[in-house]
Amino acid sequence: MSLLSPITNLAASIGFQVELLGSVLVRVGSIPRRWTLISEQIFQSAIQTVHVVLLVGLFIGMIVSLQTGIELARIGQQDQIGTIVAVSMAREMGPFITATILAATAGSSMAAELGTMSVSDELSALEVLSIDRVKLLILPRIVALAIAAPLLTILCDTIGILGGGFVANSQLNVSWQLYADSAIEALTDHASLIALPKDVYGGLAKSVVFGLLVSIIGCSAGLKARGGALGVGKATRQAVRDAIIAIIVSNYFMTWMMYQA
Amino acid sequence: MEETIIKLRDVHKSFGSNHVLRGLSFEVKQGKTLAIMGPSGTGKSVVLRHIIGLMRADSGLVEVEGRDMTRLTGKELSSLRKRMGFLFQEGALINWLSVGDNVALPLRENTDMKEAEIKRRVTEKLELVRIPGTWDRMPSQISGGMKKRVGLARALITDPDIVLYDEPNAGLDPEISRSINDLIRDVQQKMRVTSIVVEHRIPCIRTVADEVLFLEGGQALVQIPPSEFFNSDIPRLVQFLGPDASARASALDQ
Ligand SMILES: Nc1ncnc2c1ncn2[C@@H]1O[C@H](COP(=O)(O)OP(=O)(O)OP(=O)(O)O)[C@@H](O)[C@H]1O
Ligand SMILES: [Mg+2]
Repeated sequence: MSLLSPITNLAASIGFQVELLGSVLVRVGSIPRRWTLISEQIFQSAIQTVHVVLLVGLFIGMIVSLQTGIELARIGQQDQIGTIVAVSMAREMGPFITATILAATAGSSMAAELGTMSVSDELSALEVLSIDRVKLLILPRIVALAIAAPLLTILCDTIGILGGGFVANSQLNVSWQLYADSAIEALTDHASLIALPKDVYGGLAKSVVFGLLVSIIGCSAGLKARGGALGVGKATRQAVRDAIIAIIVSNYFMTWMMYQA
Repeated sequence: MEETIIKLRDVHKSFGSNHVLRGLSFEVKQGKTLAIMGPSGTGKSVVLRHIIGLMRADSGLVEVEGRDMTRLTGKELSSLRKRMGFLFQEGALINWLSVGDNVALPLRENTDMKEAEIKRRVTEKLELVRIPGTWDRMPSQISGGMKKRVGLARALITDPDIVLYDEPNAGLDPEISRSINDLIRDVQQKMRVTSIVVEHRIPCIRTVADEVLFLEGGQALVQIPPSEFFNSDIPRLVQFLGPDASARASALDQ
């Protein structure tokens, strides 16, 4: 019985999250009317995170460049550094890093804001006033992160590739020209209409899913918070932990679907 | 014979091992105001939450306008609630909306009213609760007594037929308190509103209540008119109200 309770708890909270997503989906028609709230949320989550995304993205690009560059230099393949940094930023690092940062910032503040509303009777007040809390609170947050996550991911990719180029140029004696050419070549797909390879739009598709996961997990943790400030703290902690787990697990499956199947 | 609007019959409610309501029964007729009094922690707020459907009884019946609150569909419940006003004990203002936007919220979300009309009504309600010109303040910037009054304005903004007030006087000075009591009485009389007021203050009960219910041990000890209530020689009431309650109550009549 007690051995099974973590599993039943997990099933119950995933059930709640799926239900929440469903209730947002049936209300997509009210997105235009909620645009002010949505743009406020986009602005907030972007402002909270953009400097972190830039800083972390820069260093991740530098690390990837340095790690692979040292090996590639040994076998005389420095001209590949640009390709490797660009592809790994676009496919994995950009979406993943951005989503993790969003989980720790926007996701946790969603849990804290809604948790505070829950424990101070504000959600009950909305219920008593017959106000649709999904339209007012949940939909704007979920739509906002689904938009903000890919935008921030593009920033993260870009600054990471620049950081990688800086390291390649200053420490591995690769010219900017060579690095840039190989990076741009890697991210151009002459065969496709939009001239972008699967690496780029696959990565952005992932980031949309991550944005949805972070916001749904953050919102549902907040809505379920009970018992004062302590409960809010617990909800916030839970939201960040669960979101990071969900990002990693879903990342594996999406990668599998995109590149294996 | 007046119609019964609110009816509880043999309601039980426990939180874990804490058996709060133990067979509570009472009724409120149309246009009447019932005051609920009782020691702190006895379940007065819990009673109000049952009537608006925020809590469900473990057993027993809660009816509003003859309809079992536990049997209503989501739609029926929400249309019933649109005609009910609820003042939360702590105000329960939406913390990220200004005072005016809090009061305007039910009109903006649930009606097609023009913004100019909303502005006019909200301003008028803020004046009625004696906090004019506070539209742009945030809930974190106002005092407890002011929050209470914003909550009251929000509860009354849709001109509800049934109003439940959880301690409308708490945190107010005597002067403001009197004007709030007058407001509650005006609301009742103008629109034949049915209401329940959880309240401890004798002046408020004298002003607004048709009957007083004393809640203790999860049951109604008495439900009688205020004049009888304050002159009662039931030992428990004398003990609760203090020896000079009837003197204080009748002093108000002069
Ligand atoms: N959501 C809840 N979960 C668990 N216990 C609760 C809950 N709400 C109320 N209680 C318990 O029910 C009892 C009655 O609470 P209630 O708030 O109704 O008291 P009250 O009569 O309104 O008191 P006061 O005059 O101090 O406001 C208390 O023991 C409280 O701990
Ligand atoms: Mg109470």
